[in-house]
Amino acid sequence: MAEFKLPANSQVQSGKEWPKPQGATNTKAFKIYRWDPDSGQNPRLDTYHVDLDDCGPMILDALLKIKNEVDSTLTLRRSCREGVCGSCAMNIDGTNTLACTKYIDDVKGDVAVYPLPHMPVVKDLVPDLNGIYAQYRSIEPWLKSDTPAPERERLQSPEERAKLDGMWECILCFCCSTSCPSYWWNGDRYLGPAVLLQAYRWIADSRDEYTGERLDALEDPFRLYRCHTIMNCTKTCPKSLNPAKAIGDIKKLMVTRR
Amino acid sequence: MSLRTPLGRVRGLGSAKEGVEHWWMQRVTAVAAAILVIWFVISVLSMLGANHADFKDWLSCPVTASLMICFLVAVFYHAALGLQVVIEDYIHKECVKVFLLISMKLGCTFLAVLSVVSVLKIAIGA
Repeated sequence: MAEFKLPANSQVQSGKEWPKPQGATNTKAFKIYRWDPDSGQNPRLDTYHVDLDDCGPMILDALLKIKNEVDSTLTLRRSCREGVCGSCAMNIDGTNTLACTKYIDDVKGDVAVYPLPHMPVVKDLVPDLNGIYAQYRSIEPWLKSDTPAPERERLQSPEERAKLDGMWECILCFCCSTSCPSYWWNGDRYLGPAVLLQAYRWIADSRDEYTGERLDALEDPFRLYRCHTIMNCTKTCPKSLNPAKAIGDIKKLMVTRR
Repeated sequence: MSLRTPLGRVRGLGSAKEGVEHWWMQRVTAVAAAILVIWFVISVLSMLGANHADFKDWLSCPVTASLMICFLVAVFYHAALGLQVVIEDYIHKECVKVFLLISMKLGCTFLAVLSVVSVLKIAIGA
């Protein structure tokens, strides 16, 4: 059955509340999911108070301030700190997004920070992405062509190139896939919005010569058709992309080619 | 526990090469049911206050009986397709899933046949 509640060993317990910074008047509480695989204990929610007058404006600034100045055991991924690498994707204030592009001011009240939902957790805010990376690998995200490579670039008209807009911008943060209930329940077989958006990125590429084979590989009740147009993917995408539309376009091509 | 690689697990048994028909028929039956349900509701409302004999007369008309049968088939077909998705989504134990899918399909087929026979009985049988 689908899991509607957490198993006993995964239930989140209330954790440690760290002291407020001395002398600070403008603080905000961050309630952060903590889990250490080596401790053998359940996950917990630790509370940290951050002095907003001495912190950058983004959630990532606060998380790094906590890690640097309060609790160095807090574990998270981050790299570019400007929304192009996708490393710091997590669930903030109930929505999957990038910690580096989410303003602290946009969150009313305490800031709840959890790892991306329904993924195995490596530690704290770090999800295990091996499965979803393998799904990405399975759609063969590279140009496939039998025509010998030309001397110069493989040409595309401006109109053909425009078809890739809204897809090449994807940074593979997987906010969308991990917000999708269908992916939660059937993520072992359903490819999920991020990977299907990438699949369509190659299907829609005029230079690719394997469109039919790509559609063949997706034509499956689980790989593609678990999408029920719930649209969480499009709502949550921190890059404002529309994976639901890409999936709809794949379904349209499936009917068109019959 | 499995030591199979993530890519091996993802590729699994490969693509089933189906799903389009299911997806397409779900839409076709939805359109048919949406149109026919409007006809059905208007017809029933226009017969408010009518007695049993009036209703039988109405259903005995060939056009009415045909539309009613189309409506019933579309609804049960659509229901079977929708329930199949619900079962596939939420039931992950293979033997339970197969049992429920077979029961549901047989159940929907029986209900469709029963309702069509009932319409025919009124339209031509009695």
